[in-house]
Amino acid sequence: MWEYTDRVKEHFLHPKNVGEIENPDAVGEVGNIVCGDALKLFLKIDKKTNRIIDAKFQTFGCASAIASSSALTELIKGMTVEEAAKITNHDIAEYLGGLPEQKMHCSVMGREALEAAIANYLGQIKPVEEAGRLVCKCFEVTDEKIRRVAIENHLTTVEEITNYTKAGGGCGSCKEDIEAILKEIWSIKALPEKPVVPRELTNLQRIALIQDIIEREIRPRLQADGGDIELIDIEGNRVVIALRALCVGCPMGDVTIKGIQDKLRELVSEDIVVETG
Amino acid sequence: MKTIYLDNNATTNIAPEVLDEMLPYLSEFYGNPSSMHIFGGRLHRKVEEARAKVANLIGALPEEIIFTSCGTESDNTAIMSAVESFPHKRHIITTRVEHPAVLNFCKHLSRKGYRVTFLSVDSLGRLNMDEFMNAITDDTAVVSIMYANNETGVIFPINEISAVSGERGVLFHTDAVQTAGKIPIDVRKLPVDMLSLSGHKLHAPKGVGALYVRKGTRFYPYIIGGHQERSRRAGTENVASIVGLGKACELAGENLYEEVTYLKNLRDRLEDGLLKTCPDARVNGDREHRLPNTTNMSFEYVEGEAILLRLDEYGICASSGSACTSGSLEPSHVLRAMGVPFTAIHGSIRFSLSRYNTEEEINRVLELLPGIIKELRQLSPFGRQKTG
Repeated sequence: MWEYTDRVKEHFLHPKNVGEIENPDAVGEVGNIVCGDALKLFLKIDKKTNRIIDAKFQTFGCASAIASSSALTELIKGMTVEEAAKITNHDIAEYLGGLPEQKMHCSVMGREALEAAIANYLGQIKPVEEAGRLVCKCFEVTDEKIRRVAIENHLTTVEEITNYTKAGGGCGSCKEDIEAILKEIWSIKALPEKPVVPRELTNLQRIALIQDIIEREIRPRLQADGGDIELIDIEGNRVVIALRALCVGCPMGDVTIKGIQDKLRELVSEDIVVETG
Repeated sequence: MKTIYLDNNATTNIAPEVLDEMLPYLSEFYGNPSSMHIFGGRLHRKVEEARAKVANLIGALPEEIIFTSCGTESDNTAIMSAVESFPHKRHIITTRVEHPAVLNFCKHLSRKGYRVTFLSVDSLGRLNMDEFMNAITDDTAVVSIMYANNETGVIFPINEISAVSGERGVLFHTDAVQTAGKIPIDVRKLPVDMLSLSGHKLHAPKGVGALYVRKGTRFYPYIIGGHQERSRRAGTENVASIVGLGKACELAGENLYEEVTYLKNLRDRLEDGLLKTCPDARVNGDREHRLPNTTNMSFEYVEGEAILLRLDEYGICASSGSACTSGSLEPSHVLRAMGVPFTAIHGSIRFSLSRYNTEEEINRVLELLPGIIKELRQLSPFGRQKTG
C-alpha cells in the first residue's frame, strides 16, 4: 500500500481539468499503454500574451499518475509559456505534498508531457526518443534522461533512478550501466570511456515489429493454406508461437516453424529462436 | 464504514474459533513442548493434536506433517530437500506461473548451476502436458508445480502430473497454499510426495505453515538445529499458531463441500454481473478448472491501482496484477505468461472470496464498480469510444 498524501488522494478522486480541448494550441503526449502509464496534455494558449489560458489532460495510469496530471494542469494554468517551461517534476510533487519515492516517475511524466506540449506549440518537432544512448530497454530510458533527472533531483543511487525514471525496474540488467552514469555525474571516480553501443531495437519496438511481421507476412500465408498461428510470448530472443487450425498435427509443422524463424531472423534479428508453446 | 474483504488469496481473517483456541497458548501456557517438566511437556500433546487435524484435512498421516513458519518456507524446504537428497540429479521442472516462493527459489538454484525448465501456459493459463512429458528426464531431481494459481485460481492437473513423475521415479512437490481448505485434497489418492500449505490463507494466523512429506520420501532438513519435528525442522515450535492452524484445518474440513458451492455461487454472481455491466471486461484464466473463490478480471484501458483505490474509498478490498501495484514496475508474471494483452494486464483485478463474504457484499461491488470503471475510462486517453 502506497502512502499517498491527502492532496494526492484529493487530486486522484476528484481530478481537475480532465478531458480534451477542442482545437488545442498545443498537445503533448508521453508514455504508452505497454509501460502502464500515459498522459496526453492539451493546452489553449493566448497567442498575444503567450499565456496558457486552459489546460486539460487524459491519463491512463495509477492514482499518482492521475494526481500528477491534475496538479500539473492546475500549476500551469495562467502561466506564460516561458514560466511553464521552468516547471520541474519537483514542483509537481511539491504541489501534491510529496509523492512516495517509488512513484516519483509520475511527476517526471508530467514534466515530460509539458515539455512535449511546449515543443509542439513552438513548432519544434520533438524527436521520437530523447537523444542519447538507450540504457533501460524495458522502459525505453536513455542515458540523457537519466543524467538530466539525476542532476535535477540530486539522485545518487540506482534505486532513486528507478523511482524517478523506471530505468532498471524491469529486468534489471542495466543497473550497472546506471551506476556508471551516476558515478560519472557525481565524479566519485573517473571512469574509462565506455565503447558506444550501436543502436538497437528497444524491447517494445522489437515486440511490436515481431507482432507486425507475424500479422502481415506470416499469418496470411498460413491462412491461405487453412492454417493459423498464434503468438504466445516473446522473451528476449525467444518467440513462442502456437500453430492453429489445419497446422495442428500437420506433418510439415517443423518446416513451417523453421520458415517463420528464418523470416523473423531476416527482418528482426539474427538471434531469434522460434519455439512452440 | 464496513470493510468488504475480497482479497482472501492474499490473506484471510483469523476465524474467531481459531483465535479462541490460540489465546491460552499466548498467555498462561507459555512452556516449551520439548521440556521435561509437565508445564512445558503437556504442550507437546497440543502440537500433536494440531498435527493430526492438519493431516486429516488432506488425508495424510500425522507423522507426514512438518510444521514450518510459512508457505514460502514449506516450498523452499521441499525443493531443497529434493535436490539435496538426489545430489547427482541437476534438473528441476516448474512452471512460469508459480508463486515467487517457488519461482524465485528455482531461479536461485539455476544460478547455482541447476538446469531449470519453466513450463509455459496457454492463454487460459493451462499447462501443456506434452511439454511436461518432453521435459522430464532421469536427471530431474524434482517437479514442483502449484496445485492452483494464486492470481487466476486455475487448477493444474496435479493428479496426472504427479502420477507421471512417480512412474519416472522423480519427486513431485505441489504448492497447495491456495488450494488447501478451498477444495478437497486427499493424498491417499493423489500421488504427490510433498505438499505445502499456509496458515493465513485458511483463517489461521500468519507465521505458520506446514509441509506434507509422504512416508518413505527421502527428506533433508532446510532449517538445521535442534531435534524438533523429529529433526526435520529445527526451531522451537510456534505453539499458539500451530494450535491455530490445527483448528483452522478442522473448521475448513467440516463444511468443505457446502463452502465450495457457496463460494462458487457468490463468485459467479460477481463475475457474471460485472461481465454484463462493464463493457470491455474479460475473465483471465480457465473458467472450467478454477478455485471456487477466485476470479481474475480485466477491465481494458484502465489501470488496476486506480480501480483498487477507488474501491478502497468504499471499503472494498481486492488486488491487481498491474505494474503499479507490484512494486517491481512490471505487471503480473502470471498474466504475462498467459499472453494477456497489455491493455488488459494493467487493468486486471482479482477478487478472492471466503466463507465470511455475503451476497450483500457482492451486490455492493456490482452496484459500485461499473461506475468506477466508466469514470476512469473517461479519464483515459485510450479506448474512450468504448465507455459503453
